[in-house]
Amino acid sequence: MKRSLAGRIWPNATAIVLALGFAFPVYWMFSTAFKPTRDIITEDPVWFPFHGTVEHFATAVNAPHFWTLAGNSVLVTVLAVGLSLVIALCGAFALTRMRFKGRKGILLTFMIAQMAPWEVMVISIYLIVRDADLLNSLLPLTCFYMLMVLPFTLLTLRGYVAAVPKELEESAMVDGCSRRQAFLKVVFPLLAPGLMATSLFGFITAWNEFPLVLVLNKEPAMGTLPLWLSQFQSQFGDDWGATMAAASIFAVPILVLFLFLQRKAVGGLTSGAVKG
Amino acid sequence: MAVQLDDAVDKTAPQTGKGGAPPTRRGGGRRAGRGPRPPARHSPHPSARRAPYLLLLPALLATAVFLGWPMVRNLLLSFQNLDMKELIQHLTDWRGVGNYQEILGSEQFWRVTLRTLVFTAVNVVLIMVLGVLIGLLLARLGKKMRLTLSLALVLAWAMPVIAATTVFQWLFDSRYGVVNWLLDKAGWHAMAHYDWVGTQLSTFFVITVLIVWQSLPFVALNLYAATTTIPRELYEAARMDGAGTWKVFTSVTFPFLKPFFLATTFLEIIWVFKAFPQIFAINEGGPDRLTETLPIYAFTEGVGNLHFGMGAAISLLTIVVLLAITAYYLRLTLKQEEEL
Repeated sequence: MKRSLAGRIWPNATAIVLALGFAFPVYWMFSTAFKPTRDIITEDPVWFPFHGTVEHFATAVNAPHFWTLAGNSVLVTVLAVGLSLVIALCGAFALTRMRFKGRKGILLTFMIAQMAPWEVMVISIYLIVRDADLLNSLLPLTCFYMLMVLPFTLLTLRGYVAAVPKELEESAMVDGCSRRQAFLKVVFPLLAPGLMATSLFGFITAWNEFPLVLVLNKEPAMGTLPLWLSQFQSQFGDDWGATMAAASIFAVPILVLFLFLQRKAVGGLTSGAVKG
Repeated sequence: MAVQLDDAVDKTAPQTGKGGAPPTRRGGGRRAGRGPRPPARHSPHPSARRAPYLLLLPALLATAVFLGWPMVRNLLLSFQNLDMKELIQHLTDWRGVGNYQEILGSEQFWRVTLRTLVFTAVNVVLIMVLGVLIGLLLARLGKKMRLTLSLALVLAWAMPVIAATTVFQWLFDSRYGVVNWLLDKAGWHAMAHYDWVGTQLSTFFVITVLIVWQSLPFVALNLYAATTTIPRELYEAARMDGAGTWKVFTSVTFPFLKPFFLATTFLEIIWVFKAFPQIFAINEGGPDRLTETLPIYAFTEGVGNLHFGMGAAISLLTIVVLLAITAYYLRLTLKQEEEL
């Protein structure tokens, strides 16, 4: 079917405008980070950092505790997401492939857990962690981030598990696999895109978490990068170059991860839905 | 992201879901290695009956400890008078329903609640409508253009909230912000040095742009992915009947993707309702506490003003409000499970 010229121009023009609109804040962050200060503090914006500099990045990286907090962030995020993936996968499998008493109640529990407003529970969490003598430690952060991610991961993985035909598992079992072997050898590889897609959200959530670490880990070396960024910003508030460099450093790991995984994520979603 | 998928699966192919045999039988699969299973076994093996509970145990245990416990603690706290003095001296001062009486009797709470509901509604409607439009646009684009737009969407989507909030402060900076420069150049000279966080409405405007910008990609990309699963024949049949774009959407796309729309709307409602770092980092609920939503209000009262008991009571009421506005979806999903 041939479309008229106008019919082809409009969608493309809209798409270009939208693409610019969505990408611009990200571009502006990076470009500001590379501009010398005189190009930042100016009445007329400089659109491209022709006189690029990395001094702002140096300021950010040399800020106190940067490397420690970056390490903390990576450790806590990877542990929390890894743990929640394993736990959620077991649960998702049970909820999708088995029928048992109390199934709906359990499902509702996770749906409500997904709605938990963690930000407003910081007080009680603070008291619990304080009484356990675990303030300024990475252990409580890991545990709570794991649970922040868990319900969404579990509910989402259900969709991916449901999309794998039961017949595959059954034929593997007929061929002599145990149920566990059938799962690990046949179902698990098919779930890989789903696991990657859901882990992305886990990474974003845990990498971003702010209120809890703000209240629980006040010791300067025991925080995570969001805390560092917020403190950096209040310290260097007027130095937009350094602030944007700090924001860039914080954003890059997730941006890279996302660019690598997003096709898997969306692809996995589509193939899953087709299976239905 | 694939929550809708799940529903789509449930809805579009209930037959596969049922799989011909009573599902409880599957628990006995461990023994299947010995040969083809007998076609009907009505009482599953005891170990098979335990299997789902064992598999769910870690998730339930973690939820009970790391969510249930703080919730219970929060509930108890909401009946206490806990300020700095009690906190430091480890005192427990029960107050009964005093906190609740005080909050429910204050005008401030109701104003914040109403504001939160309006804020959530405006954002979710914008996100859903624009997200669907962009998703449909993606479906119409050529391959290259679709990739370009997808890439831009992914960039916005992947920006960590705290970083994005910092960038938006820079974009909307009163003196050197590029937004004011653009508005000035476009002929609106009054905006040359406009202070965006100076009034309630303009602060909410910045927050809304930030939230919508970050949330649209989720809806748009997933809607596009979901539309690719709609059988072509449905579209062709609709076109054959002379349906226009709008008619095709209402008669094919929407009914087919109804579970997607429900699940996404539900997720966006809870995400926007709970939005914290965006509002807090832009202006800490200011000016004059005029952009406080319920989560910010609870945080400010509890942690900021050191009325921990009051903060706990507000946070509990916040949960009740959130449950009330999502009850419809929860009920619907559970009912769907029943039909499975």
